[in-house]
Amino acid sequence: MRLPVQLITGTILTGFFVVTVALSFFWTPHDVTILTIADKLQTPSGKYWLGTDHFGRDMFSMLMVGARTSIAVAIVAVGIGMGVGVPLGLMAAANRGSLLDEVIMRGNDLVFAFPSLVIAILITAVFGPSALNAILAIGIFNIPVFARVTRGAALSIWTLDYILAARTCGKRALRISVEHILPNIANLLIVQGTIQFSLGILAEAGLSYVGLGAQPPTPSWGRMLADAQTYIYSDARLAFLPGIAIVLMVLGLNLMGDGLRDFLDPRIRRER
Amino acid sequence: MISLQNLTLAIHGTPILADVSFEIPQGQISGLVGESGSGKSMTALALMQLLPQGSVVGGRITVEGADIFTLSESEMCALRGNEISMIFQEPMTALNPVQTIGAQVAETLFIHGKASKSEAAKIARQMLDRVGLPADRFPSSRYPHELSGGQRQRVCIAMAIALRPKLLIADEPTTALDVTTQAQILDLLQELVAEENMSLLLITHDLAVVAGMADHVAVMRRGELVEQGPTEQLFKTMTHPYTKQLFEASSHQPDRVGDAQGIPILEVKNAIREYAAPRTKLFHRPAPFRAVNNVSFTLMRGESLGLVGESGCGKSTLTRAILGLDPLQGGEIRLSGEPVLAGEHMPTSLRKKVQIVFQDPYGSFNPRHKVQRLVMEPFHLTQAPENSRDHVAEALETVGMEADAMDRYIFEFSGGQRQRIAIARALVLHPDLIVLDEAVSALDVSIRAQILDLLADLQTRLGLSYLFISHDLTVVRAITDRVLVMKAGEIVEQGSTEQVFTAPKHPYTQQLLDAAPVIPADWQETKHA
Amino acid sequence: MIRFTATRLLSLSLSLLMASAVVFAVVEVIPGDPASYMLGLNAAPEAIIALRNELGLNGSLWTRYAGWVTGMMTGDFGTSYTYRVPVSDLIAQRLWVSLPLALFALLLSMLIAFPVGLIAAARRGKPSDYAIMGITQLGIAVPNFWFAMLLVLVFAINLQWFNAGGFAGWENGLLTGLKSLTLPAIALALPQASILARVMRSSLLETLTQDYIRTARAKGLSRAQTLRRHALRNAMIPVLTIIGLQFSFLIAGGIIIENVFYLPGLGRLIFQAITQRDLVVVESVVMLLVFAVIIVTFLVDIAYAAVDPRLRSGR
Repeated sequence: MRLPVQLITGTILTGFFVVTVALSFFWTPHDVTILTIADKLQTPSGKYWLGTDHFGRDMFSMLMVGARTSIAVAIVAVGIGMGVGVPLGLMAAANRGSLLDEVIMRGNDLVFAFPSLVIAILITAVFGPSALNAILAIGIFNIPVFARVTRGAALSIWTLDYILAARTCGKRALRISVEHILPNIANLLIVQGTIQFSLGILAEAGLSYVGLGAQPPTPSWGRMLADAQTYIYSDARLAFLPGIAIVLMVLGLNLMGDGLRDFLDPRIRRER
Repeated sequence: MISLQNLTLAIHGTPILADVSFEIPQGQISGLVGESGSGKSMTALALMQLLPQGSVVGGRITVEGADIFTLSESEMCALRGNEISMIFQEPMTALNPVQTIGAQVAETLFIHGKASKSEAAKIARQMLDRVGLPADRFPSSRYPHELSGGQRQRVCIAMAIALRPKLLIADEPTTALDVTTQAQILDLLQELVAEENMSLLLITHDLAVVAGMADHVAVMRRGELVEQGPTEQLFKTMTHPYTKQLFEASSHQPDRVGDAQGIPILEVKNAIREYAAPRTKLFHRPAPFRAVNNVSFTLMRGESLGLVGESGCGKSTLTRAILGLDPLQGGEIRLSGEPVLAGEHMPTSLRKKVQIVFQDPYGSFNPRHKVQRLVMEPFHLTQAPENSRDHVAEALETVGMEADAMDRYIFEFSGGQRQRIAIARALVLHPDLIVLDEAVSALDVSIRAQILDLLADLQTRLGLSYLFISHDLTVVRAITDRVLVMKAGEIVEQGSTEQVFTAPKHPYTQQLLDAAPVIPADWQETKHA
Repeated sequence: MIRFTATRLLSLSLSLLMASAVVFAVVEVIPGDPASYMLGLNAAPEAIIALRNELGLNGSLWTRYAGWVTGMMTGDFGTSYTYRVPVSDLIAQRLWVSLPLALFALLLSMLIAFPVGLIAAARRGKPSDYAIMGITQLGIAVPNFWFAMLLVLVFAINLQWFNAGGFAGWENGLLTGLKSLTLPAIALALPQASILARVMRSSLLETLTQDYIRTARAKGLSRAQTLRRHALRNAMIPVLTIIGLQFSFLIAGGIIIENVFYLPGLGRLIFQAITQRDLVVVESVVMLLVFAVIIVTFLVDIAYAAVDPRLRSGR
């Protein structure tokens, strides 16, 4: 079977960033914690591959370490969303029409009314700014997304005869959910996971940009863009680089998600 | 006169039809019969030029002498719905859910420029009246979701005949409908053909339907036309072996003798099952809907008991209660003398006495598990024995499958094989009672005959008891000793199968039997001779 | 339809009540004493007591919550601690920037997305479809605030067609006001339009596989007629869902983008309030944003029912 081009391109792009992040733990061209004011706003050169920022930090190294923040925030936020949302969705589906289902879905609607930025604003207003806020805000926002997707997909599996067969074998809702429902909706969750991952990267960049996310001196793509805005008249390069990094990362994840969906969907696969 | 000459079709290189030739004479009904995959629906779509992408056709289809393969797409559009119309199998999804029925019928008229919008609406109204949807009960402003399946099929027919086409193609028009509704729709079609001098191409898998309707019959298998001729003559002679095989399979009577012993295995006493009806007013809780109303019957060890009824009569609800999945609101169900309790209250020792086989061979199995694990699932009730593989192998061999099937995934098997695996799963714990819920309804007739044989054989060998639930009277007659007829949540008649089928007492049973299409008895006599 | 609207209205009020309880709990209960939080560590005890009185913090939680909710219902959001003016005045002023921006962007994104999605679906598998899918794929990946910076760079700094930031005000004429909102609205709208166009396309393609489309073709409708007369309205159902969801992203995006263009909208207001620890303003603006999302969800529900007769009669 032919692998979709999207999946390959997406995986290569995503893989590139993952490798970069892994590498950044051991090696960066320059140390981003050291400010070399004398070298500030340098254009790309042999020493500074992509030039330096307004504090004389190497842009290439900054981007490498910034990717770390983006990916860490997005992964944990997807983890929170899946970890809480998927069990809630499974529970709601297993008890369809019950009070529990109603409560879960109402709670979902309620959380949906709070965009992640609003959650971040609330948290920051009360606890002060930190990178943790961004994780929490995006993570909480992800919960109803996963709960809803899980519930919808699980409900359609619950109507199938093999679930009835399992029930006549005395299996309980929890066991059926784990043994029969979850494996059959896993594809969907993986695809949703990549989508939320890429949305998480975008959201983290936005939050850091307005100062609700990662705080200095932690390098993050959003913060780098906020700093670049001051120099936009003089040195647009500072604004280009982190933006391009975000676009490539998100593009890679989206392509991978689309590719995975096509690859994993037996309906589409059969037509191939 | 419409004629197909040496029609061939390949889709993405896969041959679908080979050299299909037949004629559809004006004002008559032509039947096209075949099992799934025979190419009968594709033949119809070729006539409509609505084939899927990647189709390559050969041969000729002529309408009044003109070859439609030479027509452009816009000329074809002018032909469709005007000269040739078509109705489909699934009336529930065949209508646009967001448009009124009146608008959808009227659209046929003004899309062909045959009427202004207001005239079209007027004619559409007449057409709806014509197909048995009178204005007082079915105003044009109704939406499809407010109508039943049979009523929706009537709307489709109104849409298709609005411009009095020369040919109406009906692709399994009644397969998704109940038997009494089927009879009404078939009557309507017959009447329309007679009155409008229209031709009808009736595509079906059901020999009995064509026997009662068609003037001519063509039999298809694997994309080829194996035999055709005037209906009566074809049924009486049956020159091609496949026609004979199809005929025998559709009226197949497995060899079995009822062996009911005097020990009751399932006792249902005054069972009542109610659902909360959906709220129509905000602060008013409506009376619950009673799906099963005061049902009582007994099933003896070794007996095969049929439960017949149309969709929505409560037979599935009753089944769920018997399996201990849903609680009763009144009465009781006993299995081997012990009360059946719903949900987790039911002891596993009792649960393992009853197993079920479902209708849909595709939805019955978790696609992610191998056959061994699927067949082993009932061991959840007992604890898997150490030699569980042997048990699975034994169960598979009992149903006529190879033991090494257990290491394969379910998607590697055909519908009939899956149904065998489903039976193996039901057998693995050696239950006393097997509930067969429309277990052969989704199968082609030849496969169905094999599964019925298997069921009869298993019953004799293993002394099983069956509760056989079906809407198909022929099948119930073939496999059961006693039968219950259910209507609107109640058992209206019960008795020995032979007695109920030959001398029905309740008017509803009579109605059901009258509605069921049958092949005339004297045609069958000839064949056996 | 009336009953449907009524039940939706009921659930709307319920959502608002629950949301307000959440906001109240986070802002006024979790910090312990909001007054000392607002004044910071070095505040004089007398000042804290004075602020407690001013904010009415001496009542029970229930009376405070009830007072807050009833106040909002009559348009009284309290008084800003830093600005010393009624919060309702502050919000009203800022709303005149933020609301037109959101609506402008929403309108723009729909105007772009609908025809583009339709073209892609109608020309499935052709070069124009691939081009649209490629561009929208990129469009989704672009952060709107970065896109905004690029727009500033090109159209304000290099071409000088627009001002790089600031708001000219509506009092200088509608066009002048709209002009200051044009770049921000484009920055917000294009990524949204990319998503919407893709959803539109896939929803149309999904709809085109339905049985009733085949029925329509059998009636003699051409492909184009089928798309227009039968697929479009049915395909709108999932598109509406996305428009509803998008609105929440639009609100968030608007707040961020106001920063890029130095627009005096709710976004600027709330960030200043956070820095100044003006909790009264924070909770009011947050409540307003949540209110907007809930209202849009309600409107989407009503639109569903308008499109789909099954919802009107059911449930």
